[in-house]
Amino acid sequence: MTLTKRDWQSITLSAVLLAVAACLPLTGDAYMLSIGITIAMYAVLATSWALFSGPTHYISLATAAFFGLGTYTTAIGIENGLNYWVTLPVAAILGAVLAALVGLATLRLSGVYFVIFTLGLAELVRQVVTWGQNISGQKGLYILTDITEVHIYWQLLVLAAIVYLTGWAIGRSRLGFALRIIGDDEEVARHSGINTSRAKILLFMVSGATAAVVGSMLAPRYIYIEPALAFTPMLSFLVVIMALLGGTGRLWGPLVGVIPFTLLWEAISSSFPNQTTLLLGLSFLVIVYLLPRGFVGLIESGKRKMREREAFA
Amino acid sequence: MDILITGLLLGGTYALIAMGLNLQYGMARIMNLANGEFLVAGGFAAFWFYTAGQVSPLLTIFTVAPLAFLLNWLVYVVMLRPLVKRAKSHGQLEVDAILTTFGLAFVSVGIMLALFGGDYFSYSYLARPITLIGDTYALNRVTAAVAAVIICGGLWLWLNRTRAGMSIRAIAVDPKSARLVGIDVPKLSALAFALGGAVTAVGGALISTFLTLDASTGVMFTLKALVIVIMGGVGDVRGTIVAALLLGILETFVATLIDPGLTLAAAYLLFVLILLFRPQGLFGRRTI
Repeated sequence: MTLTKRDWQSITLSAVLLAVAACLPLTGDAYMLSIGITIAMYAVLATSWALFSGPTHYISLATAAFFGLGTYTTAIGIENGLNYWVTLPVAAILGAVLAALVGLATLRLSGVYFVIFTLGLAELVRQVVTWGQNISGQKGLYILTDITEVHIYWQLLVLAAIVYLTGWAIGRSRLGFALRIIGDDEEVARHSGINTSRAKILLFMVSGATAAVVGSMLAPRYIYIEPALAFTPMLSFLVVIMALLGGTGRLWGPLVGVIPFTLLWEAISSSFPNQTTLLLGLSFLVIVYLLPRGFVGLIESGKRKMREREAFA
Repeated sequence: MDILITGLLLGGTYALIAMGLNLQYGMARIMNLANGEFLVAGGFAAFWFYTAGQVSPLLTIFTVAPLAFLLNWLVYVVMLRPLVKRAKSHGQLEVDAILTTFGLAFVSVGIMLALFGGDYFSYSYLARPITLIGDTYALNRVTAAVAAVIICGGLWLWLNRTRAGMSIRAIAVDPKSARLVGIDVPKLSALAFALGGAVTAVGGALISTFLTLDASTGVMFTLKALVIVIMGGVGDVRGTIVAALLLGILETFVATLIDPGLTLAAAYLLFVLILLFRPQGLFGRRTI
């Protein structure tokens, strides 16, 4: 694999940005740090979501299911004496397995089945977990670790770096190429000898595993978890909105959506907590009617216009 | 036996709701994820009329149906038709429709939350026991199921015996060819969508007589209706009814014998089995 000058430029730029982001805890501002964690969390979730849904146009609403799975893996693992660091890879494996199962059942068929299935997946897992707790007579779980907010933040940044590298590598690989063809025309992809189901399931597994790891990383932040908290469906919708708002055509696209939307969301939910659902709905409508290609599309058509103007001048 | 009949009664009402969604997805080709919200709105209307004016929910449906029809028609013409025109492929339309109706669902929930608050809504209508074949059942459940059967029957007759109904079925089979035989596809798609919304809202009014609703339960009903529609086969009325009854029985079975909190899990079990073994629906023919 040879790297062009442009590749080196973007790698250096990303590394510098990451280093700057890593310095945020040094400000010592607890509120800033907490917002930073939320942004980092959604950045990882939205980017890994877009890795799969961007090229294939399959809208996954299952982020909360994987996230909750990760949270519960860590909680149950720690309760049974496992080291926190061991629970992270376990969560990744479980997330990948769940994604593979869902993928096997639905990704061979048309996209609608996938959307519907993922829409209820978090609720399904929640019902099963609640039922399991009813039987065992437990209500919630305590997660007691010596991991602080700063640790969570740094862990998320490392994960973000891994996700970006993975996304970049996938984009250059045969798998990434195959996915782009699938997104353009699945029929054509099948005729040119691509195993479409395998490609889709593999990428969905990457996405699911990442969301599960994010869930386990955030588990220590909650201290006490119960099914309704860990599997909140809102998370899935927010991730979809942020990723689409930013634009899924570029690897950095979701990040562009995550930062403004997280700030807006925080502001709205603190001052008008009853209107958050309305905001969520309006965001979906804005994306479909005004920003079908997200902020990335806006930036790129702006650039094109600039270039055209320069060409005329 | 007890479970079987309770299940059938529940399934009858489900059939009505799924029928509404089937008209929208199978006939008008729009996957409407806001379907459940129209159901809840219908339920709220019934609640409001009953508590404010003691109007029987069975009469309320005559107000709810035209209102929901009009509202859904507007939604289709104003919001969805531009998407249909803009879409380059069926897949593109599907993604756009899903996002739009999803947004619509959240907006409706938001509006209902603002209007009615987040409380549960229930009222007591015909909460009397009735004896059928040796067992007792709640009269409101029986009434709702009977009303659902009557409406489903009417719809079935309309779809099979009238010109408009047959045209709509032709669109369900193949929208491109339907145009070739002189069917006004855009107009009838709007009609099917609006009718589907009206049927769902009526189903909501009926269901509110025996189930407790709150502003955010809509999505659960959307999911169940989707499972039923897919199980029965998209665009297939007979399949929808059978699938609804099956789901009603299975749900009642799981709720009584295992845990009432697992009803969605039960619906999903059916869904997965269908996807794995008969993705074309119970009575569907394999097309791919």
